[in-house]
Amino acid sequence: MKVLVAVKRVIDYNVKVRVKADNSDVDLANVKMALNPFCEIAIEEAVRLKEAGVADEVVVVSIGSKSCEEQMRTALALGADRGVRVDTGDGLDSLSVAKLLAKVVEKEAPGLVILGKQAIDSDNNQTGQMLAALLDRPQGTFASKVAVEGDKVQVTREIDGGLQTVELLMPAIVTTDLRLNEPRYASLPNIMKAKRKPLDLLTPDELGVAVSSNLTLLSVEPPAERQAGIKVSSVDELVEKLRNEAKVI
Amino acid sequence: MTILVIAEHDNNELKPVTLNTLSAAQAIGGDIHLLVAGSGCQSVADAAAQIPAVAQVLVADNDAYEHQLAENVSKLVQSLAASYSHILGASTTTAKNMLPRVAALLDVNQLSDVMAIESSDTFKRPIYAGNAIATVQSADAIKVMTVRGTAFDPVEGAGGSAEVVSLSEVCDAGSSRFINEEIAVSERPELTAASIVVSGGRGMGNGENFELLNKVADKLGAAVGASRAAVDAGFVPNDMQVGQTGKMVAPDLYIAVGISGAIQHLAGMKDSKIIVAINKDEDAPIFQVADYGLVADLFEAVPELEGKL
Repeated sequence: MKVLVAVKRVIDYNVKVRVKADNSDVDLANVKMALNPFCEIAIEEAVRLKEAGVADEVVVVSIGSKSCEEQMRTALALGADRGVRVDTGDGLDSLSVAKLLAKVVEKEAPGLVILGKQAIDSDNNQTGQMLAALLDRPQGTFASKVAVEGDKVQVTREIDGGLQTVELLMPAIVTTDLRLNEPRYASLPNIMKAKRKPLDLLTPDELGVAVSSNLTLLSVEPPAERQAGIKVSSVDELVEKLRNEAKVI
Repeated sequence: MTILVIAEHDNNELKPVTLNTLSAAQAIGGDIHLLVAGSGCQSVADAAAQIPAVAQVLVADNDAYEHQLAENVSKLVQSLAASYSHILGASTTTAKNMLPRVAALLDVNQLSDVMAIESSDTFKRPIYAGNAIATVQSADAIKVMTVRGTAFDPVEGAGGSAEVVSLSEVCDAGSSRFINEEIAVSERPELTAASIVVSGGRGMGNGENFELLNKVADKLGAAVGASRAAVDAGFVPNDMQVGQTGKMVAPDLYIAVGISGAIQHLAGMKDSKIIVAINKDEDAPIFQVADYGLVADLFEAVPELEGKL
């Protein structure tokens, strides 16, 4: 079985973002970029499926400009076999990404597609679900456990009240939650090896997808600033303040 | 304009967050229909019909919808969509699972976690873990969105008498099957709806020590939350996690105990009215957002706090 993993290049999660002075967007110039943490978990899960003998090939796909090849090489160093990049601008909306991914999935015919549950920049949490809809395949979102058995996959999902397990007919789409696994580090020899792994290029034209969006970003603003309050010196003072000043208890 | 709101429920009870979602629908303006898709969900439909803001309750009662599997419910919503200008759900795992699927079936984008309605096509939503607020305009024919419950005051839940319409159509994709569910049992209020939340972080040291927070929570009638560090360390189950990837809360009082205040955690709680931080590290970032900070060892301060409530 082939496993396809979609990855996204995003701002490093430790970076405190700044909004541009003209409020047009956040400022990404000279900011450290990285593999989206949820995508890293998706790669790790695919590589573990390969190590367990369930998957025989792991293909990593990314949609965006040439710069995201850096993150694709990271994915290859973590154990993916080859890469496919769809050459577009950065920052496409989820529906366009899902449409492009759907065409790549039709071409590659994987048994399982694994994505992160959300990208930490747009915080949309949509692409996996949209991809599943476009392909008319079942979805196992927010997965904390994935078990493949024959032509079915059992996915344990993190839901609001706890956990839920569903069984999906493959091919299926899975999106990862943080607790699915702990991603490994890429070793230096693997980073060197990853440079020689094949990385194919496709264009939206070749896939027959017109990339356009009905969404317009009007402005981006920093959130209302929260001011630091006061430090109290004792529990007594804290209780007194909460009772009489804030009146919340 | 007619707006379809997806009811959040567990087949027995209509979840309070539905009332917040209806409030967002009211802000858009127009007739509001509420869809209850489930199995044996008559009590939910009855409760829904009493909400004055709702003009019509659509009930799809069938085994195929029992666990609200996205594959089935998304097709049901798609079949209804043509009559609506907006389709709204709460930012819960159920709606986050299902609505993007609906959007793709309708060939439109989805807006996630909407926190303000500017007009019928313009909305505000947080990006980058809440460190920036984007204003987005949608030209899609049907606007599909999830709504951040804590950003909207709930509508009145009783006094109305909406028309109830039964839907007979059954959409069963047949590609997914519910196996089982492990729901954490708690007598405390639901985290996202509680007016007071007491949260613990890595500083709690282990799961047993959360008992200290439970005692404070019981005295305050509060819910207990946790940071990702506490969840990842296995102290508490993940459904208690507050943050970018967990739950968003905005209670009147949020007490952060032994939590450093990473941006991912702040994303989930910084809209709380009053924030209290108890931490022994006086340089912890949590003190930059706390209204009241207490630099102290939590193992001394928390029992003392409990005793004085």
